[in-house]
Amino acid sequence: MKILLENCTGCHPAARVNAPAALRGLNLTVASGEQLAVIGPSGAGKTTLLHLLACALKPVSGTLQLDGRNPWQLSRGDLQRLRGELFLAPQVPPLPARQRVVTAVLAGRLPHESLWASVRSLFYPTDIALADQALTRFDVSDKLFERVDRLSGGERQRVGLARALLALSVAGPPQGAKAPSGGSAAHQVASVGATLLLVDEPLSALDPTRSQQAIESLTQAARERGATLVTTMHHVEMALQHFPRIIGLRDGELAFDLPAAQVTPERLQQLYAQHLDELSGAPSTALQDAPVAAAPVAMNCR
Amino acid sequence: MLFPAKRPLPGSPPAALRDPAWRGRVFWTLATLALLWPMLVLTEFKPWLLLEPDALTPALRFLADFVPPKLDGDFLAMVARETWRTVAIATAGLTLALLLAVPLALLSARVLSISALTGRMALLPAVVRQLVRWLLIVLRSVPELIWALVFVRVVGLGPTAGVLAIALTFGGMLGKVYAEILDSGETHGTTSLLRNGSGRLQAFLYALLPQNAAELTSYTVYRWECAIRSSAVLGFVGAGGLGQQMDASMKMFNGSEVATMLLVFMALVWLADKISAWLRRGLA
Repeated sequence: MKILLENCTGCHPAARVNAPAALRGLNLTVASGEQLAVIGPSGAGKTTLLHLLACALKPVSGTLQLDGRNPWQLSRGDLQRLRGELFLAPQVPPLPARQRVVTAVLAGRLPHESLWASVRSLFYPTDIALADQALTRFDVSDKLFERVDRLSGGERQRVGLARALLALSVAGPPQGAKAPSGGSAAHQVASVGATLLLVDEPLSALDPTRSQQAIESLTQAARERGATLVTTMHHVEMALQHFPRIIGLRDGELAFDLPAAQVTPERLQQLYAQHLDELSGAPSTALQDAPVAAAPVAMNCR
Repeated sequence: MLFPAKRPLPGSPPAALRDPAWRGRVFWTLATLALLWPMLVLTEFKPWLLLEPDALTPALRFLADFVPPKLDGDFLAMVARETWRTVAIATAGLTLALLLAVPLALLSARVLSISALTGRMALLPAVVRQLVRWLLIVLRSVPELIWALVFVRVVGLGPTAGVLAIALTFGGMLGKVYAEILDSGETHGTTSLLRNGSGRLQAFLYALLPQNAAELTSYTVYRWECAIRSSAVLGFVGAGGLGQQMDASMKMFNGSEVATMLLVFMALVWLADKISAWLRRGLA
């Protein structure tokens, strides 16, 4: 999927009204099938960028175009169908505690299968082999029928990534062979997997070996399917090693957009050093100090 | 002023160390008492009447009839039959209520709104949600006793009226509380699925339901227990089951029969408690 961001500004939905936008005036063009890593100090707007691209956040100003379509001008139904063509994997894996791993992984296919098929898969998981294959790529296939709350944090993160693979690897004709517009909508949806993969900090809970393996599996799967891959990373070395193109974000603005080979240590120094200065000045804690509205009392016993 | 606060007591702390919240506390305590008093008057709350001899003797005589509970074979067989009918009324009523409550709860749960993922919910779904909420209020604000009186006129005396009455009132209660449980739980998994293009029902089945299954189950079992008790009351207006038999025994002032049936009710409530605990352990 092609991405075009023009002068985009995005605010985090939980931010205060007068807080500066998390991402300001960003321009970005990504070709179909490209792989890029977004790096930058925390609070630089990496997650906001992913949310903008995932249509999870409406830009305050500027335009976003995915494959030449502006998602926010589509009808709600079309927007939801477009969301089915992209997959956002949040940093904290969104897995219900009581769910089994196999179900959690197969949930990656939901946008591409009918309601009936997903209900049937709850009674007896269809395509257990596919889930197992995805889990094997992250070395957690031994947990296939385990419950999510029995897993460690790192295992959960890898299960979340395996779900992303399932969103990609929907069986069907490759890109460009979409059913003609006259065909039934259900059939068309069922035959197309996600073509844009947005992964937020995939390695935050993994040790170095697993990180290496996870990032290789992700980039390889995206390459196989011709899907565009945008990943935010804390681990700069890993980003430089595995991604041809690096986006540096600082304070909600684009610091650089370069091939990995041209990202010099000086540039990195600059990208992160500024942030360290800021930290010692400590203005960034302002948001945490803001008074939080009291949550309503949870009634557990009714 | 209740206390002479002006004159400091020997050894009392200086003004700076006095709790600034105490005035509010005293005010609200007094205000609550002042509000409660007219209510006690209105409800003719005179507990000492309980102890007057000409009220006390017949009540005690009726209570004395309770021991020993009636335990002869024919009667116990009848009680067993009616108990089974009571459980059937409660279960059938609750099942019908579920058929009503589940779709209404799904329609009114905010967490399953796709438009609310990014900002404000769209107008049409917001209106539909409000209408469904009002429908739930209507359903549960009419007590099941009134529904039963209505249905006894429609379908005649018997368990059917009880089943229908429980279905409507409990449908309203379950729908409201289900929606609240779904909305107040952890929503990360559900919003993630919706954001990635899943349908609402898919998101419900794959994230929202597993997330909240234990609480939904335990509340449903508690409501089943309530339905059993409620069917006893409904029996008094001719809706069948153990309640109708109890009504008959009460009218005959037959304390030992009433005692047996009350013991059965206690056993049923205890059973519901056990089932709930067992289910929650299974789903934990």
